[in-house]
Amino acid sequence: MLNRRIFLGTGIAASALLTAPTVWGQAKPKVVVIGGGAGGATAARYLAKDSEGAVEVTLVEANPIYTTCFFSNLYLGGFRDFESLQHGYDKLAGGGVTVINDMATAVDRAARTVTLAGGTVLPYDRLILSPGIDFKDGSVPGWSADAHAEIMPHAYKAGPQTQLLKKMVEEMPQGGTFAMIAPPNPYRCPPGPYERISMIAHVLKEKNPTAKILVLDPKDKYSKQALFEEGWQKHYGSMVEWIGPDFGGNAVEVRPDTMEVVIDGEVTKVDCCNVIPGQMAGKIAALAGVTDDSGWAPVDPASMKSKMDENIWVLGDSSAQGDMPKSGFSANSQAKVAAMTIRAELTGSKAFPAKYSNTCWSLIAPEDGVKVGASYEPTPEKIASVESFISEVGEDAALRKATYEESLGWYAGITADMFG
Amino acid sequence: MRSVRLALVLAIAAIPAAAEDIGDAARGAEVFTRHCKVCHQIGEGAVNRVGPHLDGVFGRKAGSVSDFNYSKSMSRMGADGLIWTLETLDAYIENPKALVTGTRMNFSGIPAAEDRAALMAFLRDWSDRPQDIPESEPTARKTDPDLSPEILAIAGDPDYGEYLASECQTCHQADGSDQGIPSITGWPTEDFVIAMHAYKQKLRPHPVMQMMAGRLNEEEIAALAAFFATGNQ
Repeated sequence: MLNRRIFLGTGIAASALLTAPTVWGQAKPKVVVIGGGAGGATAARYLAKDSEGAVEVTLVEANPIYTTCFFSNLYLGGFRDFESLQHGYDKLAGGGVTVINDMATAVDRAARTVTLAGGTVLPYDRLILSPGIDFKDGSVPGWSADAHAEIMPHAYKAGPQTQLLKKMVEEMPQGGTFAMIAPPNPYRCPPGPYERISMIAHVLKEKNPTAKILVLDPKDKYSKQALFEEGWQKHYGSMVEWIGPDFGGNAVEVRPDTMEVVIDGEVTKVDCCNVIPGQMAGKIAALAGVTDDSGWAPVDPASMKSKMDENIWVLGDSSAQGDMPKSGFSANSQAKVAAMTIRAELTGSKAFPAKYSNTCWSLIAPEDGVKVGASYEPTPEKIASVESFISEVGEDAALRKATYEESLGWYAGITADMFG
Repeated sequence: MRSVRLALVLAIAAIPAAAEDIGDAARGAEVFTRHCKVCHQIGEGAVNRVGPHLDGVFGRKAGSVSDFNYSKSMSRMGADGLIWTLETLDAYIENPKALVTGTRMNFSGIPAAEDRAALMAFLRDWSDRPQDIPESEPTARKTDPDLSPEILAIAGDPDYGEYLASECQTCHQADGSDQGIPSITGWPTEDFVIAMHAYKQKLRPHPVMQMMAGRLNEEEIAALAAFFATGNQ
């Protein structure tokens, strides 16, 4: 609540400044996109590309260089360097998107303007919000992002946090204990925490083979569970211990000052602790008033348009749409539907039925890749899963290697699709 | 020897799921001599030449003959789960590059279904004798992988194709580069249509592609083919 008031206050102050620069363009319809990740960058690129100059597209993203959260686990495991996760916006800019590196601090839905931290006010005809996730304060007792992320990193927004976690894992004492506080549903990238465990186990197996890994999980089941359990057993023996809600995984408190984790009242000393807290839509979605009590933004399944405002679309992790997982692939898929429906509204171009899809690859050990995926279609109530598949336990090494190589191809493909 | 074996085949033909007569093997031997023999050996003592030997080809994983240097595409199809059966081999022989895009087999295919059936009957002779070829699968049956001329003749809507293609381009790069997922940009329309229907009918093995193709109707496949054939986005 405090945060919300501060943010609103800033917004009002900024728009009240008479000297605040206001960007007014010509008669072309204007689309402002907030957030330059898998949802926002893709939507901006497709809008600019497909409208061939008929729509003015502005992308607002705080970071001039984007670090993908997907594949950041492979960096933790030593399979990719950090730079390989980083992407600039120069090709998007070259493709007709106006890129502004600033933070959106307020949305005035009545006036249809977005205010940026630097004071700029951007008018829009349609607004796309794709701000990813924010963390729910208080979801892990003893931990808050502002106070403790440097001691017990979340590393769930890729960037310096990811680098910090990697350093901490590598500096663990021999035979030390790594703990992950896994998040409650719903959260970004369902297999992500467990792929991360796999990657950290891989690093520790090489550098610190007597170390232990504790996964403290409030959920009684998780994505690709059978595949991860099989892989952990096969590659890492007894290194990984998963503690579900039956054994206190749902009653965890952390003490960053003393590097302790309290599991159902029992204190355990840890050497490295990765806290992945409960999540909600990126803050600007709440500031724009398009989220509901769940903390996420409900959208129309056929278009990704907000249920709260007919001029706003919400993409990716922030949206509450139904069956699709919160993933980069999903956001990219939703962005294409959004770009198509917005273009149809603004320019009268043909609108086609929405189709969505998702595939999530995970790496368990070197060349041991698995995947899960589904196709989706809109129903009146939600985006509903139509057909799905998942890798099977006991697959041969050649298939797992092919799956891993395919994931590398996907990364190259989706980043080219997002950033040009 | 041959007549004994044929008699045996006829005898078990009455049992469901047993081998059935799929074509004229004698004619298939001629087809083999005309089209295949220059590169492939088959029979006792067959070895790899330009192409891998074809003993026991049915039931064999694609790209799995040891010591043969397969294309990356063929190895990938094998790793993805492509097994040579009457259906998959028929699709391959009809249009090799439509099934295995980057195959090194420099052969345009056999369009006549009857010739292919005859050839496979001949190939099966060498997959059908356990004493010669232990990994045989004599009960492989032909289903119906053929596409009607009407389906192949559908003119796709490239605008719709462009929208649908955006889904493909999450993985397949628009500029045609291949960094682990093959290029589909610039594919000839008919090859594209055949390949997508092969996924839709689950003849091609890849689970993501089977799912993607599975929900596309004939018009949508034609629309995608029309778009990708243009070779630029």
